[in-house]
Amino acid sequence: MYQYTDEQLESMKKVEASRQERFGKTLARMSAEEKEQVLASFHPDYIDSAYEELKVGPNKGGKVLHELADLLQGRSRVLDMEIDLSNPDYDVDVLVIGGGGAGSSAAIEAHERGANVMIVTKLRLGDANTAMAEGGIQAADKPNDSPAQHYLDAFGGGHFKNKPELLYKLVTKAPEAILWLNKLGVMFDKEEDGTMVTTHGGGTSRKRMHACRDYSGSEIMRTLRDEVFNRKITVVDFTSAIELIKDTEGKAAGAVLMNMETKEILVARAKTVVIATGGAGRLHYQGFPTSNHYGATADGLVLGYRAGAKLLYPETLQYHPTGAAEPTQIYGALVTEKVRSLGAQLVNKDGEAFMNPLETRDVTASSIIRECKERGNGIKTTDGEGVWLDTPLIEMIGGEGTIEKRIPAMLRMFGKYGIDIRKEPILVYPTLHYQNGGLDIASDGMTSVENLYVAGEAVGGIHGTNRLMGNSLLDIIVFGRNAGQSAGEKYKTVEVKELTLSHVQSFQKELEDAGIASNMPSPRLLPDYRRKDN
Amino acid sequence: MEKMVNVYLFGKRYQVPESLTIMKAMEYAGYQLVRGCGCRNGFCGACATIYRIHGQQELKTCLACQTKVEEGMYVATLPFFPLVKQVYDIEKIKPTQQIMMQLYPEIYSCIGCNACTKSCTQELNVMQYIAYAQRGEYEKCAEESFDCVMCGVCSSRCPAGISHPQVAVLARRLTGKYLAPQSQHLIDRVNEIDAGSCEAAIEAIMQKPLDEIKELYNHRDIEK
Repeated sequence: MYQYTDEQLESMKKVEASRQERFGKTLARMSAEEKEQVLASFHPDYIDSAYEELKVGPNKGGKVLHELADLLQGRSRVLDMEIDLSNPDYDVDVLVIGGGGAGSSAAIEAHERGANVMIVTKLRLGDANTAMAEGGIQAADKPNDSPAQHYLDAFGGGHFKNKPELLYKLVTKAPEAILWLNKLGVMFDKEEDGTMVTTHGGGTSRKRMHACRDYSGSEIMRTLRDEVFNRKITVVDFTSAIELIKDTEGKAAGAVLMNMETKEILVARAKTVVIATGGAGRLHYQGFPTSNHYGATADGLVLGYRAGAKLLYPETLQYHPTGAAEPTQIYGALVTEKVRSLGAQLVNKDGEAFMNPLETRDVTASSIIRECKERGNGIKTTDGEGVWLDTPLIEMIGGEGTIEKRIPAMLRMFGKYGIDIRKEPILVYPTLHYQNGGLDIASDGMTSVENLYVAGEAVGGIHGTNRLMGNSLLDIIVFGRNAGQSAGEKYKTVEVKELTLSHVQSFQKELEDAGIASNMPSPRLLPDYRRKDN
Repeated sequence: MEKMVNVYLFGKRYQVPESLTIMKAMEYAGYQLVRGCGCRNGFCGACATIYRIHGQQELKTCLACQTKVEEGMYVATLPFFPLVKQVYDIEKIKPTQQIMMQLYPEIYSCIGCNACTKSCTQELNVMQYIAYAQRGEYEKCAEESFDCVMCGVCSSRCPAGISHPQVAVLARRLTGKYLAPQSQHLIDRVNEIDAGSCEAAIEAIMQKPLDEIKELYNHRDIEK
């Protein structure tokens, strides 16, 4: 059971004392200028010393975080291996790398088009950030809403940096994505007459967040996984892709695979390849905790980059405003934005609500950091500090039982440590949540490398430099399907020439010419949390 | 200095800080996890674990990422359990009682021991949702099983060999697709988009100079 410190208890009393007064009040949203100011001063993306310039590759001269630079300019795992490419272990039409929501959607759509599809995933099918997404999925399907309104919200939220053709696809294919999922059997929250229950998320101007309680991603993932199995799509699990293979014409033509347990090396030849490897939270940029899955180590970015695909906005990360700050066992774990959608306020140590809780994620995170670092209004925690998220307000607003009905996973997560979020507020602090940037694609999902597609969090540009809540579950479905549809047609005209890894050698030569002699194995594959003084 | 406790990972003793979860205790002890570790947040069911506290009879089950170590804890992880997953075409099946009989007939061999419910890492009433599935009450089965993370612990304890999580997935998919009411506004919007009636409004925004788009964004009305 969690034991609050005296300081925390005293502060909690102030939160309780001011609750009635705060109930029903909405703080004004910040002006555009106020937002810019708090971002520039407090958002982790603006800390210059955390970044370095890339010396080689398609983004040479661009800046990325040190942790990513180390991998992009690290040492390929295949350089020290003898690999026979002439006799592939697998030979397929569409090779999907990654077994989350994007990879599964791509596989289903390519299979639908008659392709021989194979999914390779370094853990199990469904071990992905998708399964952890709690809040929901956006789509403009209500009469007072429109894809144009959705476009405007996401474009502004993304600081007007979103690639227009990708965002256009995201919002116009959104309702169809929801319908597709519903037809696969995903249980969305609905009214008795079938009307979708929709709420706001940070930065939305219409209530368009669809949810499956707070197991939205889990419900979507287990349905997609079931469908992949029903279609008997080949799934090679506990196997990572450690390098892309090209053919002698420079087109993507497969991948070198490694069994995560036996370390056996296998070769997969494919007419088209889809990278759907997800995000990078487990690189712990700038030392932040993360809400991400164990396997979120940016592998696809590294593979694509060495093969010649460009990165777009790799320097922008999303720090989710509300990671759990106590108890320490769940430090960094996601406290869904839905908690704020349902009415919980952000409150400082003196019991004052210090911001409108439904600003965009980057603004909210920056504002929490400011409240702690500049104003000294944070509450000390085991691992640092945090602010209160006043959850009991939800029951006051929505009635008794709202928390159990709408955010059962949150009730359970804190309940395990003796914290009843219906009665007590919780301590939160920003946590590394999402990789806004990634590999650059055209609207058909293909990178600048022929026959190499990308889908999901590994893509850059859809969300500009800040993603809105509910647009990621949407993007993995829309762009996962999109990549599967494209690859599932393209393979029909592809003739693979002789396989080669010469691009890896060329990249290594570039590194050496630039004076970089890294021994860091790349991609990372998994984080290492073993005790370091062993 | 933090208080240390003795835990027995697969029978071997390690001393670890008492604040750790079982998963973090394994890493503290020196394990580089590959199996038995997924989301680390209680959503994926990868880290099903069985344990017994020294001196106690009861065999307990949990998710390793969600459970703190205790003194004298004997731990065995269950990173994989051979559940039976039947293959079906969701477009062709119907939400009748027969479909469950056909795909998962073993649910009718349930002897009512309730071991599944007692072992559930999500504290679900597993035996109850199986009873609903037996009767073809799929909406109730779906409701009761909704928070299942498919860790498989229930099935490992079942004398009848039932694959409870797979039964529940089937019930939820039948409910989501066939039993829950249709969303007419969703179907209407998809049709509108297919008919091309939503494009013009977006294109109008896309063609504006950036300053005008910013103006539009900063002054858009926000639904209460």
